[in-house]
Amino acid sequence: MEAYLPIIWAGIIGFAVAMYVILDGFDLGIGILFPFAATEQERDLMMNSVAPFWDGNETWLVFGGAGMLVAFPRAYSIILPAMYLPVIIMLLSLVFRGVAFEFRWLGVTAKRWSVPFAAGSILAAFCQGLILGGLIQGVKVENGAFAGGTFDWLTPFSLLCGCSLVCGYALLGATWLIMKTDGAIEDRARDHAKTLLAVMLIFMAIVSVWTPLAIDRIAERWFTLPNFLFVWWIPAATALVAFATWRWLETGREALPFIGTIMLFLLGFLGLVVSSFPYLVPPSLTIWDTAAAPATQIFMLMGALIMFPIIIGYTIFVYWTFGGKVGEGEGYH
Amino acid sequence: MELDPVMLARIQFAFTIIFHIIFPTFTIGLSAYIATLCVMWMRTGLERYRSLARFWTKIFAVSFAMGVVSGIVLSYQFGTNWSRFSVVTGNVIGPMIGYEVMVAFFLEATFLGVLLFGWDRVPPWLHTMAAIIVATGTLLSSFTILSANSWMQTPAGFEMRDGIAFPVDWLAIIFNPSFPYRLAHMVTAAYLTTSFVVLAVGARYLLSGQQLDHGRTMLRMGVGFAAIVAPLQLFIGDQHGLNTLKHQPLKIAAIEAHWDGSKPGDLVLFAWPDEKTESNRFAITIPNGAALLLTHSWDGLFPGLKSVPPEDRPPVLPPFFAFRIMVGIGLLMIAAAWCGLILWRRGDLFNTRWYLWPLKHAWWTGFVAVICGWVVTETGRQPWVAYGILRTGDAASPVAVNAVATSLVLFVIVYSIVFAMGIYYINRLITRGPDDPLVEQAGRAAPVPSMSARGGAG
Repeated sequence: MEAYLPIIWAGIIGFAVAMYVILDGFDLGIGILFPFAATEQERDLMMNSVAPFWDGNETWLVFGGAGMLVAFPRAYSIILPAMYLPVIIMLLSLVFRGVAFEFRWLGVTAKRWSVPFAAGSILAAFCQGLILGGLIQGVKVENGAFAGGTFDWLTPFSLLCGCSLVCGYALLGATWLIMKTDGAIEDRARDHAKTLLAVMLIFMAIVSVWTPLAIDRIAERWFTLPNFLFVWWIPAATALVAFATWRWLETGREALPFIGTIMLFLLGFLGLVVSSFPYLVPPSLTIWDTAAAPATQIFMLMGALIMFPIIIGYTIFVYWTFGGKVGEGEGYH
Repeated sequence: MELDPVMLARIQFAFTIIFHIIFPTFTIGLSAYIATLCVMWMRTGLERYRSLARFWTKIFAVSFAMGVVSGIVLSYQFGTNWSRFSVVTGNVIGPMIGYEVMVAFFLEATFLGVLLFGWDRVPPWLHTMAAIIVATGTLLSSFTILSANSWMQTPAGFEMRDGIAFPVDWLAIIFNPSFPYRLAHMVTAAYLTTSFVVLAVGARYLLSGQQLDHGRTMLRMGVGFAAIVAPLQLFIGDQHGLNTLKHQPLKIAAIEAHWDGSKPGDLVLFAWPDEKTESNRFAITIPNGAALLLTHSWDGLFPGLKSVPPEDRPPVLPPFFAFRIMVGIGLLMIAAAWCGLILWRRGDLFNTRWYLWPLKHAWWTGFVAVICGWVVTETGRQPWVAYGILRTGDAASPVAVNAVATSLVLFVIVYSIVFAMGIYYINRLITRGPDDPLVEQAGRAAPVPSMSARGGAG
């Protein structure tokens, strides 16, 4: 049992990260698309489409942080100092865009908070990409503590990951808008989504080629037998889903483009898991090296087994309560 | 001057957590108030309760948003700035923080959506239910977070192996010796703080002659509540102090500026404690007063600061002064509440300007008392971050001093802007009042399904 605990916890945290990326991804995406809206009324409507959900969505980020602390305290205490500046800037960006939800309609002009909302969303997404890129390329560890420099994470690769994530979240946001709005906003979101899908696929392709070329352990993981026999379907499925999403965008489907984008994200995430597992702090520490005491993981697991179904249940309830399209001219404030 | 990275990290943590605690304090109290208003609306059917609930829900939303975003910062700062602390205590503290997110935070954040936007989307009973769920969620949050903090003050139920804490008995960890007192003290503080905000807004309406009906309702509810709870808080605080004397006597010694434990302590009303000379300057004291309060005997002894070497003592000035400010505010609150009660009995509560005017300007007092209370308990725990387990100086992350300085400056800038804007907007909401169309509308026109929408959700 004890050897499996870290695997279970890696699964739970992986699930939380995936939930966060998808849920906060689309509401960050709305912010990223803010500069491209035609009028402030459109921006109002875009924001209304995510307003009831954003608090709950960001809670997954808090859970990601707390979950790491609970289950893998040693990884938590290495990754965060290593990514110090991107983490801090991401958090501050989230502060700005988060309060914009409440402040925007209270201001003399709504416009005043449009810029911080957009800038905060873009910067938060970009920093999350930097952190991801920095983590994939590896962290310098000595004696179980971070031993690198302040800017170790800053490389062309991590910058590329930053741009990819901004683009990916924007795609999630655009397909969300297709599903939740109609009229001019939906049409424009559809145009944006096509461009963004193309750009995101290019980014995904570059990352997929770059990582095995630059990092031997990743090349070995994917391109040796028998591994390749188990993983070849991931890029194949990605191509298939991408094609389908494109078709759905072309044929005017409402909800399917969003679902297709989510699947693209999940496949990308799966690819990263294949590349890095079982390392939590590549290239040196595995999930077993960094795990908390079994008693801690078990105690928390009991709570997670009870609470996760409940959390998912009421999350669905709230999304259902606020289902349907946001009507034109029916601003929330 | 050479910048000390640990000191910078401490300043940053203090700054971000003081900023954060303002909002939970307010939202713990306000969510309970909103739930009360919703229940009264359900029971009496009176419109004024509904419009008051809706009004305070808008203010709640602004505060909750600031609480959420500043709370995310904290859950990551344990790693970014206090990674040694996370490694040493993570096995024990981690689950408490994890449970907070899982049990409470998700609940609050998700049902807040219903509370805010559900006025016309869900039936009244479900809406009231959401208000109660949010209020319960904030209580559960307090429970877990205060348990974690109390464990740092009075660790129990663990064993140390290779310098790392391992859990032995979860019940002993959760219900560690100082936890029940701290929980009672903090939750009561939150309710009391909020009741004075409600009182201030009520007084403001009565003085300006607008929203008179709402003003009277808030004043009655606030005075009635505070008249009972403010004295109760004095009693709870006293019990908390006695518990601290038992487990962290040096914190009490710092609070009382009591240097020499071989003599009964005087009650120091005012002084300038001098850590160099190990004595109090300009002291005004009541002889043997502290001994009487803490040991319930005229010549009872309790440990003094000089009982340990200087490097094991907490700093004296912050706990000493913060404690006096906190207690002073608490006593003023009792006076204000009882004074209100007397005026109420005489039928003058709503037209006594000399009473309403100070009340209107006293909205911030509870927050200052709460912050001072936390300064007392956190600086009084020094030099330990986890009492007797890990020193603060050994708990920091291996992050370059310039990086910490940069982040501290960014935090100060961003939080100042956000705080100023938050206060400004909340003030605008209060000026507009519960009957203003903007406030009335708030939440009503939540994303409503249009013609093309599926029918099920509406």
